[in-house]
Amino acid sequence: MSDKPKFIYVIYIASTPEKVFHALTDPKLSARYWFGYEVTSEWKVGSAFALMKDGKGWDEGKVLEYDPPRRLAYSFHPLHDGLENEKPSRVTFDLEEINGQVKLTMTHDDFIEGSKVLPKISTGWPSILSSLKSLLETGKELPPFWKGDYDKK
Amino acid sequence: MTTLMDEVFKALADASRRELLDRLRADNGQTLNELCARLAMTRQAVSKHLAILEAANLVATVRRGREKLHYLNPVPIHEIGERWIGKFERSRLQALSDMKKALEDGNE
Repeated sequence: MSDKPKFIYVIYIASTPEKVFHALTDPKLSARYWFGYEVTSEWKVGSAFALMKDGKGWDEGKVLEYDPPRRLAYSFHPLHDGLENEKPSRVTFDLEEINGQVKLTMTHDDFIEGSKVLPKISTGWPSILSSLKSLLETGKELPPFWKGDYDKK
Repeated sequence: MTTLMDEVFKALADASRRELLDRLRADNGQTLNELCARLAMTRQAVSKHLAILEAANLVATVRRGREKLHYLNPVPIHEIGERWIGKFERSRLQALSDMKKALEDGNE
């Protein structure tokens, strides 16, 4: 662990650690805030993790830490866009209750030097976290950030 | 009542603090010493500004051994965008921004 993390994102959510942790591990909920991707796993340390959409696994990994409702970590290996050959990186969520809110800290690290995955994922996380916050606080997720003219009625 | 968004705008309404965010954007995860070494500000001033940025959730920190690393946290700025930029406007704004960048880079 000599290299420092590349990204740390923090968001405060008016919810409980249990609800936030559930949202991070529930495929039906994740599909709503994570652009349709279902987080799929048996959620045991060492078990497989996958982001599923349309019956296909887009990203996979292994559960590295599972400590509800405080900490969740998995390795992250994209299977698309020519990123298959890069070694998996690591995603960690830390949940902390502060004054009736949840401080959710998301760390993405363990990238190789000159990673191709890093620039691809770096713009997505703030959007996913904002949508998760919106879903938990208002019951309504945010539309995917790239949806513009395509879905205009 | 002061909301977190009030804190975000107060924190951003200062050139020195925006400069600190620029430094972190260029090189994420710096210690206080690293930030001070490259800025014409006293250590005390940098430390005070960082505390304000952290209170506004624009800077996230992590401890590594005895060091405290500072990260630019773009989530509150993203939320400002979500609040005032409609989903239909986003792609056009991106196109304008790309055009501006391309034209201005070409002038150098």
